[in-house]
Order: sequence, then structure tokens, then C-alpha cells
Amino acid sequence: MKGFIALFQRDLRLAWRRPGDVAVVLAFFVVATTLFPLSIGPEANVLARIAAGVLWCAALFASLLSLDRLFASDHEDGSLDLLLLAPWPLELAALAKCAAHWIVSGLPLAVLAPLLGAAFGLDARSLLALAATLAVGTPTLSLIGGLAASLTLGARKSGALLALLALPFCIPTLIFGASAIETTVSGEGFATHLAILAALALVSLATLPWAMAVALRQAGE
Amino acid sequence: MVTGLLDVTELACRRGGRRVFDRLSFSLGAGELLALTGRNGSGKTTLLRALALLAPIDSGAIHWQGSDVAMDRERWRGQLAWLGHLDGLKGDLTVRENLLLAQRLRGGHGDGVAATLATFDLVALAARPVRTLSAGQRRRSALARVAASAASVWLLDEPLNALDMPGQAALRAALAGHLASGGSAIAATHAPLDMAGGRTLELGA
Repeated sequence: MKGFIALFQRDLRLAWRRPGDVAVVLAFFVVATTLFPLSIGPEANVLARIAAGVLWCAALFASLLSLDRLFASDHEDGSLDLLLLAPWPLELAALAKCAAHWIVSGLPLAVLAPLLGAAFGLDARSLLALAATLAVGTPTLSLIGGLAASLTLGARKSGALLALLALPFCIPTLIFGASAIETTVSGEGFATHLAILAALALVSLATLPWAMAVALRQAGE
Repeated sequence: MVTGLLDVTELACRRGGRRVFDRLSFSLGAGELLALTGRNGSGKTTLLRALALLAPIDSGAIHWQGSDVAMDRERWRGQLAWLGHLDGLKGDLTVRENLLLAQRLRGGHGDGVAATLATFDLVALAARPVRTLSAGQRRRSALARVAASAASVWLLDEPLNALDMPGQAALRAALAGHLASGGSAIAATHAPLDMAGGRTLELGA
């Protein structure tokens, strides 16, 4: 557990030393979402209707943006060997790295999304639903992306390959995340959707670190 | 059968379908240093990675204190300090942070970091980010990471790479101290280490 905390803190500290990396992810999120009103037109009812889908898709792309460096930087400077040789499970190391990735990408996206949602004309309850579903849904995206990152480790053009691998598996999270806001608009609550997103996150949490560890050991050979 | 602390019996490794080495046996006791020599591509790095269980073993066995290391990987890993051809340091962290972090990743507390910084003449560099250091200074930092680890077996891949004369002297001093306190080391190297009591294993001979 001590190793887990050490690695988690290390990745947060590295992110803190390079605030630009986080800023790029958030800036991409803002720019990508603002493209839609510009291309579709400023009709308030249309924008409010597509807001949930647009924001969720943009959040998905933004969180994948930073994932190709998740294990690649450790692979390049030899730190991955030290993680492989650490006297505690590699599954925990993979989990620690995904957790740190979520703190510096998923969580800021969930905080930022309501501001953009307000610009799309979403009401207060929908904004709450947006923030809540992103907060619960983005850990799944970090874990799925982490698996894709570990599988594409060492491949050329790993970024594009990573997105291609990860995106299909993010579809369930995307569907339940985006439709939660629609059900909120139509007056039903979003508790069911939130529960399903939490279930997806827990299933990912319970299975994907093992798959990542296997992929990382392969990459280490 | 010879029984040292570490016994390697009939080890064979393949890489990309090619046999790198075959039926390799040796043993290593407390306070012993084994230098791996041999031409480029003779399998020095592969042997070190196989010993650390980073590379798959084709056949043969590695025993530590009489028990097969493949049976209890984490216990074996706890005995190891690793210096690969990459330094394993984070460029954005300072030298001291890197050393403390490496200790904590192994479950340690960071004891001995200050002393090893002094051994490798890194005190003046300790607060500098590693990315601002030269190749030799990085190598010294990586060696300091190994020396601070308190592991019983050091696996070193070309430890003399990029080191200047004082750096090499610091490495010899650290190795001598490690061996004197009952530790052992295996080092793949081209240049002779010039250490008393060192044995040599030539690969690909």
C-alpha cells in the first residue's frame, strides 16, 4: 500500500510540475465543445438538446488525449522496469497510475463541464446531472484508456491506435452518461443512470488493473 | 550441486526465436561480485533481465537461498536493486526526490539517501531536476538509487557507462562497501571493474 501511495503521489507531482499537460486537455475540451454552436448555429433549443452528447463526447476525447503518455514516459526512461521489479503487485501500480490520471483529467473535466453546459443553456438540474455523471463515469474512461495505453506501449503512432482500441469500450459509459442528462431534462431523475455508471466503473476497477499488469509485463520483455 | 546464496542452474533464454544462451550455471555467495563479459549481443542484458524475472526463461531455474525465485517473485524482487541501461529516473523530479521515491516504491523509508548522495558526490546536485543533468551525472544518480536501496543483490547493466574517473571510483567504493556488508552483485560490463575478489563469467565464449 505504501508503494501505491508513493506512485500515486509521484504521478500527481509530475503533473503538477508540468501544468501545461493538464491545461492542454482542458483547453481541448473547451475548444471542441465551442465548435458545435459555431457549426450548428445559435438556436437555443437545438443547443440545449445536443449539449449532453457534445459535452460527453468532448470529455471522452479529452481524457484519451493525455493517455498515450500514461505508461510511455515510464517505458522510455526505464521507470517501468522499477515498477515491474517493485516487491508489490503490478496491478496496484497500474491502478495508482490510472487514479492519478483521473485526478488530473477526469475530475477537472467534471468540474469544468457545468460551466460549458450553462453556455449551452442547460438548466441547473441538468448541470448537476452532467457534473455527477462525468465524475462517476470518467474513472471508467481512465481505466479503459489505461488498458489501451498498456497494450499499445512501444507501438509507433500509439496515440491513434490507443483511441481506436479504447473508444468502442467507452460506448456504454457514453450512452448512460449522455442519456442521464436527457432524462433529467424530461423530468425524470438521473439516479438510475448514475448507478449504472458506478457499476461500470466498479467492474472496470475490479478487472482492468489485472489486464493492464499482464500487458505491462509483456511490454517489459 | 554448489550452493551459494544465488544458484543458477542450466539457464536458457531465447529472444525472437534465437537462443541467446543455453545451459548456463553459476552460483554467487554473500560478498561476491560476478562480472559478465562478452561481445555485443552475447546476452549480458538478457541474462540480467532473466535473473530479475523481467525476461522469460526458456528452461532452467534460479534459486535464492535454496528456494525457486519463480515461486515467490515478490520476495525475490525485494532482494534486488536494478540498474538497467536506462537510468530509471524521472526528469521532472530532483535527484533527491528520485532517490526518495525509489525507496518508497520498494516499501522503504528513504534511510541512507543522504549518505549515498555524499558517496556519489551528488550533494550539490540534489535539488536539481534530473533533466538538467549530464549523462554521467544521471548515471551517478541512478547508481546512488541502487546504493541507497539496501537490497542484497545488485544487478547492474554497464554501470561504468558515461562515468568519469571520480564517478568510477565512487562506484567501486559503493560496491566494495556493499560486498563487505555481505551483499552480492552481478554486473554486465565491457571495461574491467578492477575489483578485488571479483569473478568473471564470459558469455558467448
